[in-house]
Amino acid sequence: MSEAAQETAPPPAKAPEPERESFGQAFLQGLWAANTVTVTILAVVLALVIGGILIIVSDPDVMAQYGYFTARPGDALQSSWEVVRDAYASLFKGAIVDPAAVSDWISGDGGWERVFAPISETLTYTTPLVFTGLSVALAFRGGLFNIGAQGQAIVGVILAALAGFLIPLPPVLHLIVALLAGALGGAIWGFIPGFLKARTGAHEVINTIMLNYVALYFLTWIIIQKGVQNPERTDAISKPVESSAQLPRLLGDNLRVHAGIILAVLVTWGVAWLLNRSTLGFELRAVGNNPDASRTAGISVTTTYIAVMVIAGALAGLGGANMVVGSTADALTPLVVAQIGFDGILVALLGRVKPWGVALAALLFGALRAGGNTMQSVSSISLELVTVLQALIVIFIAAPALVKAIFRLRAARAARLSTSLAKGW
Amino acid sequence: MTPVSTITANEMVAAPIQTGYWTRSRKVGVGLVAAGVLAAVVFGALATSQTARFTLSEDAQGAALAIDGTVGAILFGLIAAAAGAAMFTDRWFPWLLGVGIVCFVLSFLCWQISDAPAGQNFMPLVNIVRGTFLLAVPLIFGALAGVLCERSGVVNVAIEGQLLMGAFAGALVGTMAGNVWVGLVAAALGGAFISLLLAVFTIRYLVDQVVMGIVLNLLALGLTGFLYERLMQTNQAKYNQPPHFGNWEIPLLKDIPVLGPALFRSNLFLYLALILVLVIHIALFRTRWGLRTRSVGEHPTAADTLGVRVLGLRYRNVLLAGVVAGIGGASYTLLLYSFTKNMIGGKGFIALAALIFGRWSPTGALLAALFFGFADQLGVYLGAINSIIPSQFLAMLPYLATILAVAGLVGRVRAPAADGKPYIKG
Repeated sequence: MSEAAQETAPPPAKAPEPERESFGQAFLQGLWAANTVTVTILAVVLALVIGGILIIVSDPDVMAQYGYFTARPGDALQSSWEVVRDAYASLFKGAIVDPAAVSDWISGDGGWERVFAPISETLTYTTPLVFTGLSVALAFRGGLFNIGAQGQAIVGVILAALAGFLIPLPPVLHLIVALLAGALGGAIWGFIPGFLKARTGAHEVINTIMLNYVALYFLTWIIIQKGVQNPERTDAISKPVESSAQLPRLLGDNLRVHAGIILAVLVTWGVAWLLNRSTLGFELRAVGNNPDASRTAGISVTTTYIAVMVIAGALAGLGGANMVVGSTADALTPLVVAQIGFDGILVALLGRVKPWGVALAALLFGALRAGGNTMQSVSSISLELVTVLQALIVIFIAAPALVKAIFRLRAARAARLSTSLAKGW
Repeated sequence: MTPVSTITANEMVAAPIQTGYWTRSRKVGVGLVAAGVLAAVVFGALATSQTARFTLSEDAQGAALAIDGTVGAILFGLIAAAAGAAMFTDRWFPWLLGVGIVCFVLSFLCWQISDAPAGQNFMPLVNIVRGTFLLAVPLIFGALAGVLCERSGVVNVAIEGQLLMGAFAGALVGTMAGNVWVGLVAAALGGAFISLLLAVFTIRYLVDQVVMGIVLNLLALGLTGFLYERLMQTNQAKYNQPPHFGNWEIPLLKDIPVLGPALFRSNLFLYLALILVLVIHIALFRTRWGLRTRSVGEHPTAADTLGVRVLGLRYRNVLLAGVVAGIGGASYTLLLYSFTKNMIGGKGFIALAALIFGRWSPTGALLAALFFGFADQLGVYLGAINSIIPSQFLAMLPYLATILAVAGLVGRVRAPAADGKPYIKG
């Protein structure tokens, strides 16, 4: 792990500066050195620029104006600017706050709910990503690449949903049982590659990829079984989870944000504690850094691998459970977990595989996703643009040397994303 | 785990050292005996006395290999068990394993066919063979792309993205140009575009190769999905009605019984895939380029010392892989369909599985792809005869087979030693 990985707190706003320089000088220097925050911000900017180009190129009306660019360049540039501005403005309005809603609220024309709706949406999308991101990040720290968060989330959502509509229980207990069932499902699905890695040396990347698809097919099978499928429907959808197993909503029934986000923060804290303060966390990091040295020091590498994958699986399973006990959906469908497992990989990388970093990265991705919905409905820019932006951000994060070169930043010290994973199959 | 492997020491920790009586062959033998007996008992009991016919045509007509359902299920199950028992001699492992698996499948088929609704107690072999090969085509291209990349030491998890980009570029440019061949070239370039990103970021910027592959898959998914919704959905006729290749019959070969109508009245992509397997096999093991590629994949430092340009070779191979996968992607859009969002749907990962299952060799990849294609086709067939076996479980088969393979239960798989490791000169 690099210096960056050893920080426990979220990345500081600037590098610590020597005292004799004036604050402003030092701040500017710290800012322009390729530190984690600068690289992240610039990566987001770069991704947005490329996204903007995509929006322009894929707009036939604007492209038509480029046909007579030499005659009237102003037209083309003007409409390019407008289409991109509109798109990103609605992205912002959908993710953070819509100024019109605020002024309506102040003048008494609109309710407070419209003001907080974007934030509520952002947090709703953030919640599962925190869990899957932590799952991937924890495995990374233990030297394992958990591409299987998707499959673990799927098995988690299956067990959580089954517990949610098959077992009749009183309200609070039912919710706890459903969440535990989700974690258990993910843990089982994480145990398999962990065990195979520890016992046979089978590479976890291959096994987790394969298990993702096994889980997906299992999900599509179990939905249409008797007793699981919704008897009132002919399509592939299960019975709904009982309301006694639903997480309570935080801001009233009209806003979707639910108690899952609180759970996510608690779990982030728990993972941070586990990694940095517990014996298991120490062993895990040691094995991740150097398995041979760890074995020499008396740490059981095989046990650690299995423990890492079980915990990572349980985290992803919790993320999956969130998809049916939260407000996103209340029944199993083939696409119930969406992409949260794969997005979790991006979140973990963007969060520099540190727990609080992961939480912040999940917040950014949740905001992009929430804003993407608004962008799609208001500016009719496909939601897929968000996937492109997310992938681009992580590509630039992963190659800080490129960002450095583009913006001519000064020498990078702590900016390199080192996952110490380059070891092939 | 061979001692030559420099993958990582930690992966060798717990690898059981196979000494003493219980060699791998004998262990697998036990499993095969159990499976064979199970097949004979279970499939034999479930099968009906209807005659199971394997017709040598596309329908129930013509010559057929016929056997009583119960008898067949029991017989083939016992042969599989016998093959397992023969493994205790510790010899002929691959052959016995092959016979055992084939007989297990035949036993299963005897049950299924004899149990089919009246009048459907036959399996048209021509259809099955043709379907197997057609479903395997994208897998073959994808796995070959993997071979090219990984033999030179770059892990290619981005096969899915390369296929998808190829399919998209083929459809888009093919439609706009109104020409299949232009579409094919565009598809190759589309795949190469993803490859270029993979190469630049992993070789130049030393980003972890698996990470980059995963991210590129998402990028390709988003990019093609975005442009699909923005361009293709709004103007289908202008952007997404690609011209299609027709079927080409090959003189003489098309008259071979069963194989002729199944394979040699097919399309360009199947021929190309089969030829590419041959070409890459020969190139990899018989030419200077192949020797250099393999040496760079196994021990780049040694290759560099001997004057091989490691990074240049890796760039070239990764780009070539993109071209191959891109053409494979075109087999979706320039043959039957127009482009739809996420149309590859995980086939790229099955191709990855085929690469690993085929132990990083072109011919192995072909066989693995055919096996997976057969599993796929079997699902279609069983669905048609209303089998009680859920198609979802058949669809899991390739993935489960790969897990068993990498866990060392079916055979030993070992990646090229430097696969996944960036090479830093100096």
